[in-house]
Amino acid sequence: MATDTTAAADAASGAGMPQLDITTYSNQIFWLVVTLVVIYFVLSRVALPRIAAVLAERQGTITNDIAAAEDLKAKAAEAEEAYNKALADARAEAQKIIAETKADIKAELDEAVAKADAEIAAKTAEGDKKIAEIREGALESVKEVAKDTAQEVVAAMGGKADARSVTAAVNARMKE
Amino acid sequence: MATEANTADDGGLVFHPMDQFIVKPLFSDGPVGMFTITNVTMWMALTVLAIIALLVLGTSKRSTVPGRTQSIAELAYGFVYKMVEDVAGKDGVKFFPYIMTLFMFIVVSNFLGLLPAAFTTTSHIAVTAVMAMAVFIAVTVIGFVKHGAGYLGLFWISAAPLPLRPILALIEVISYFVRPVSHSIRLAGNMMAGHAVIKVFAAFAPMITISVGVGILVTPLSILAITAIYALEVLVAFIQAYVFAILTCVYLKDALHPHH
Repeated sequence: MATDTTAAADAASGAGMPQLDITTYSNQIFWLVVTLVVIYFVLSRVALPRIAAVLAERQGTITNDIAAAEDLKAKAAEAEEAYNKALADARAEAQKIIAETKADIKAELDEAVAKADAEIAAKTAEGDKKIAEIREGALESVKEVAKDTAQEVVAAMGGKADARSVTAAVNARMKE
Repeated sequence: MATEANTADDGGLVFHPMDQFIVKPLFSDGPVGMFTITNVTMWMALTVLAIIALLVLGTSKRSTVPGRTQSIAELAYGFVYKMVEDVAGKDGVKFFPYIMTLFMFIVVSNFLGLLPAAFTTTSHIAVTAVMAMAVFIAVTVIGFVKHGAGYLGLFWISAAPLPLRPILALIEVISYFVRPVSHSIRLAGNMMAGHAVIKVFAAFAPMITISVGVGILVTPLSILAITAIYALEVLVAFIQAYVFAILTCVYLKDALHPHH
């Protein structure tokens, strides 16, 4: 290797520090400038715009996704609300139907009860009338029988019964 | 390097920690001219190829859901972009490609330099000084173009009491001109020191071939030390690239907004 001779030269010129060997400066500086220019063009023309685009695109995607998620969330909330509303409506409807049915049944029942009551009352009245009639009839019969019996009894005892006085007597007795 | 292989032949430890920094022609033994293809050329070319592989080939799919290489490319982009935006401000963003160029060159060179037998281009003051001077001149030109003579207000600290201002101005001017020096030596010095220390420990490693008694202790220790320093150097390789880039942003901020 050429190291030994160069090292010896360095030891003489730069006290062992190759960094202080001025003869290599122009070489290093030239290649450094070339390198930096190449890197600058690669970065500014290709790499940085590309990475910036990728980052921007990702940011856009994320923003869109978040917006879409928000949208879907709102839709879900809406759907839930609609569902709850439908449920409440159905419940109210059911309550209404139940109440209506109950009222109908009650009305029918009341009507039937009223009708039955009326019939019962009519029948009772009829019965009462019949009983009264029967009773009246019975009294009449008793009066007749009593009158006849009294006349017979009076006749048998040899008296002559005055129909008017017998009737009056029977009537008087019947009142007791 | 071949020089270390010779060590055992000589029958003693030979230290050549600085040999790794020697600039030498690749295809001839002649002197190093301006356009000679040297190891500098090769490692800078490798740097360019690595950057192209990472930032161009790695992102060629343009996936919305990135793969590994594309993730790293995007991470590098986002890291530097945010740094420029945070430090230099919104109007500093148009200089982002230049700062990205510097950062990528330095960080990739630093990491390539960590490969065994590699040549570290950023360990040379000639390289870092050119970049630092470029930053210095660019920033100064931007400052004067944007603000004219008002850029000199950077040195006139209006927040300080009036009698102190000339003294502070002098200090500010000196520190302004020292900027490229510290800017470049910080990077080259860090890279050179770390690599040299690794080489020194590496020179101790073959001790066991000379003396088993001493080597039984020294050889494992030096290998351990190489490992530890290497881990540190991985950190330094990134941090120095970051420091160089962020200082560039700070200087740029001064040029864009000189009034503190």
